[in-house]
Amino acid sequence: MTTTAQRRFPSPFDVEAPPGADDWRRLYPYYYLFSEERREFEEEQFWFFDGMHNPEPVYPFDTIMPESWWVLLNQFLTRVWMVPPTLGIDQRIVNGYLYVSPTSISDPAEIEARVPHFLQRAGDYYENWDEIYDNWIAKAEDCIERLRAITFPPLQEMEPIETVTSRRGTTTAWDLIASYNRLLENMHEMACYHFELNMLGYGAFMTFSDFCKQAFPGIPDQSIAKMVGGVDILFFRPDDELRKLARLALELDLAGAITSNEDPDAALAAIAAAPNGDKWRQAFEAAQEPWFWFSTGPGYCHQHRAWIDDLTVPFSAMRGYIEKLQRGERIDRPLDQILAERERIAGEYSELLPSDDDRQAFGQVLELARKVYPFVENHNFYVEHWHHSIFWNKVRDVGGVFEAYGFLEASEDIFYLHRYEVSQALYDMLTGWATTNPARSAYWRDEVQTRKQIMAKLRQWAPPPALGKPPEAVTEAATVMLWGITTEMVEQWLGAQDGGQGSDNGDLQGFAASPGVAEGPARVITAVDQLDEVRSGEILVCPITAPSWAPVFSRINGAVSDIGGIMSHAAIVSREYGLPAVVGTGFGTKQIHNGQRLRVDGNTGVVTVLPSEA
Amino acid sequence: MTAATHIRWFQDCGALASAEVGGKCAGLGELILAGVDVPPGFAVTTAAHEEFLQAHDLRRHEAELLGAIDYEDVAAVAAASAKLRTLVQGSQLPAGTVSAVEAAYGELCQQAGSDTVPVAVRSSAVAEDLAGASFAGQLETYLWVEGSEAILEHIRRCWGGFFTAEALSYRHRQGVADQLLMSVGVQRMVRARTAGVMFTLNPVNGDRSKVVIESTWGLGEPLVSGEVDPDRFTVDKVTLQVLGRSIGAKQIEHRPDPERRQVVVAEVDAERRAAASLSDAEALELARLGKAIERKFGGPQDIEWAVDGDGSEIVVLQARSETVWSRRERRPAVEKKASALEYVLADLLNR
Repeated sequence: MTTTAQRRFPSPFDVEAPPGADDWRRLYPYYYLFSEERREFEEEQFWFFDGMHNPEPVYPFDTIMPESWWVLLNQFLTRVWMVPPTLGIDQRIVNGYLYVSPTSISDPAEIEARVPHFLQRAGDYYENWDEIYDNWIAKAEDCIERLRAITFPPLQEMEPIETVTSRRGTTTAWDLIASYNRLLENMHEMACYHFELNMLGYGAFMTFSDFCKQAFPGIPDQSIAKMVGGVDILFFRPDDELRKLARLALELDLAGAITSNEDPDAALAAIAAAPNGDKWRQAFEAAQEPWFWFSTGPGYCHQHRAWIDDLTVPFSAMRGYIEKLQRGERIDRPLDQILAERERIAGEYSELLPSDDDRQAFGQVLELARKVYPFVENHNFYVEHWHHSIFWNKVRDVGGVFEAYGFLEASEDIFYLHRYEVSQALYDMLTGWATTNPARSAYWRDEVQTRKQIMAKLRQWAPPPALGKPPEAVTEAATVMLWGITTEMVEQWLGAQDGGQGSDNGDLQGFAASPGVAEGPARVITAVDQLDEVRSGEILVCPITAPSWAPVFSRINGAVSDIGGIMSHAAIVSREYGLPAVVGTGFGTKQIHNGQRLRVDGNTGVVTVLPSEA
Repeated sequence: MTAATHIRWFQDCGALASAEVGGKCAGLGELILAGVDVPPGFAVTTAAHEEFLQAHDLRRHEAELLGAIDYEDVAAVAAASAKLRTLVQGSQLPAGTVSAVEAAYGELCQQAGSDTVPVAVRSSAVAEDLAGASFAGQLETYLWVEGSEAILEHIRRCWGGFFTAEALSYRHRQGVADQLLMSVGVQRMVRARTAGVMFTLNPVNGDRSKVVIESTWGLGEPLVSGEVDPDRFTVDKVTLQVLGRSIGAKQIEHRPDPERRQVVVAEVDAERRAAASLSDAEALELARLGKAIERKFGGPQDIEWAVDGDGSEIVVLQARSETVWSRRERRPAVEKKASALEYVLADLLNR
């Protein structure tokens, strides 16, 4: 039998471009590409497809997201906290898709040398966590406030008279350059805050998780998460607001306006025309800031719009809540139950430990995990939803300036340019504006067209799950916990590559993310705009879910995702909704078809396609 | 002697009564006191046994037959055994015992709404008196016994169980005194759809956060004796979730057959072999029950249970302390550290 170490995934150097996309490398900066001079190193690394954050080919501008963590997350691991065994998580792009590669230090002496630094540095943060987290919220909110203040004035034929009367000396051209630079800086600043705390947060959680697994072999991940999880989680707030609005609509006799209009604009118009419409409208407006800055995706990609920009999801959810309320059903999350369960579970496991020393240790690691957990749960709202949704809109504003000047055909075209290419294009446009001579807008218009064609081809390519040399065992914390990649999964990929199937009987194995067993017809959703196809009682099958999908969670019987570990959004949301879920199945959206009857076992992590009812 | 001293209903058989009703019946009494569903029944007491021995001067016969015996002489032991058992089984029970058993059985029948409710007749030795000699697996249980006459006969058979050749040799080896007494349990027969054993810890690694259940179709006898590969369920004791489920081959079943009025041994067909003999909901109910019994009795338990009849009423047939892991010293789960930070570091280094 060959071992994992001897078998290999394809070399990244042997991956061929899909037909018609030979020139894909022009979309990305040189440092993102596999290259001959790093070949020896690169071929010996394990690279896995990061479908969790970037299921689609990455738009050139959108590389700002993975690029931000490439430096900013890694620096915290390797240069700030000096996490003893961890080297960084590297990245490359292949045919438009993002691959990542975690590495660890193997030399014991090198690890040992980092220990005292880690204890000093991480110790300081853990010790002062609550205060640091309070400050963190203030920093994050301030960063968002400054982001909102960034504006991109249009280039005009003649500078506004205020440029003269204010004697400010600076101009629209300077404003655009400065604002764009500030926009990029602001994004990187938020990324710093993001990674300032999240690796320490995950580390503390992981410690508690590993403790439990050692003491209680086979303990479900969800039990571990339940002992730590809070109830006052920000990313449930947007959905809570919708429940309130649904109730208010019923109180004000406006339910019909919402339930009978699928189009949000039509619903809003019907409400405006109704006697109590103003009152509801006020509540609706008040709920939007900040709670509708809630991305319909994980927030890493510009195409995932926030609720505030696309009211389809919130209105569809409100329709569901109103109908439930009309049937006399409860629509609240059982918060008191969740909290009582958390204490009961932790208490009972503690009692089952062998010794008082163990109980003391359990108490210590649980306390730390609970201390860090509000950040772990809430940072998504501040960072990915609130901040990033505004950020993407600001980028659109820059695109709008290009469009208005006639430099780009459409504001959205800006996403086909890398952020540093935008700097060039901006300067190019300004030279044209300032000299009144032609700028090279045709260069970028042609380039955007070429890139659109290439990306369309790249979208049809199926990225292999991994490249390069498989690890003997997957141990790196983030890889397991965030990406949900395990040694078994790597084995399975190798098996599939050797011509085998995912499993013999057609069952899909993933992580048991949320307990319970459910059956129902499958609804395969690959993009957020298909969400309104989801019908009551169906099993949602998706590549990855975002928290803002929560409203459909009140309608479905169970959830299955291709990607994600136990700490992924799908898992957390499912647990909160008491919905059986299996995450990280790998192939769910590819193997399952709409309408097939599924059995989702959230206790064992198995998804079974049931024989059709003849 | 009054009826009350010839028999005792299980609900009156607490641990204090164990000298009178033996270990097995006392255990059932404790379960009933703890609120657990146990099939109803009564113990024929050691006092009734004593009265029987005296009525027929059986101790003297025993002393005569065994006094000069050479225990190495297998044929001689077998001959003495046969004589003693014939004697026991051929002797009439004293009238007081007969009427007490008849009356109690009548009540069981009345409860069940049947003239001849089938019962199991079980030996319940006074294990505490045997100085570690448990007679494990040697004393008999008779299934599907109907009518007073048959019950009285099987009570004598149970008592005769002290005189099987194996029991005689065993007593000799263990140096057990001859003043042995045995109570006999008479218990309404469980019409088990499914039965099995449950441990309130993981018997593989001693993990106390799990309940492990083995189950098979029909009565639990072939599972206990190892004749079948049972289904196995692992349940989390805290969250009460089924964590693992494996389907065993369940080759045969011991099935109570009301028409033939006996327990039949039958092959299990392919479809039922492949099916789980216990639903997840039943596994969870069992685990809940196991957890409650463990809490009541103050330690990990080894429990025999059955799913009774057409419904899914779970009854417990026996609960005793788990002996393997409970007697070991429990090793600490983690190496003790000074602070949470030290645990984080250790976790990072040990991954």
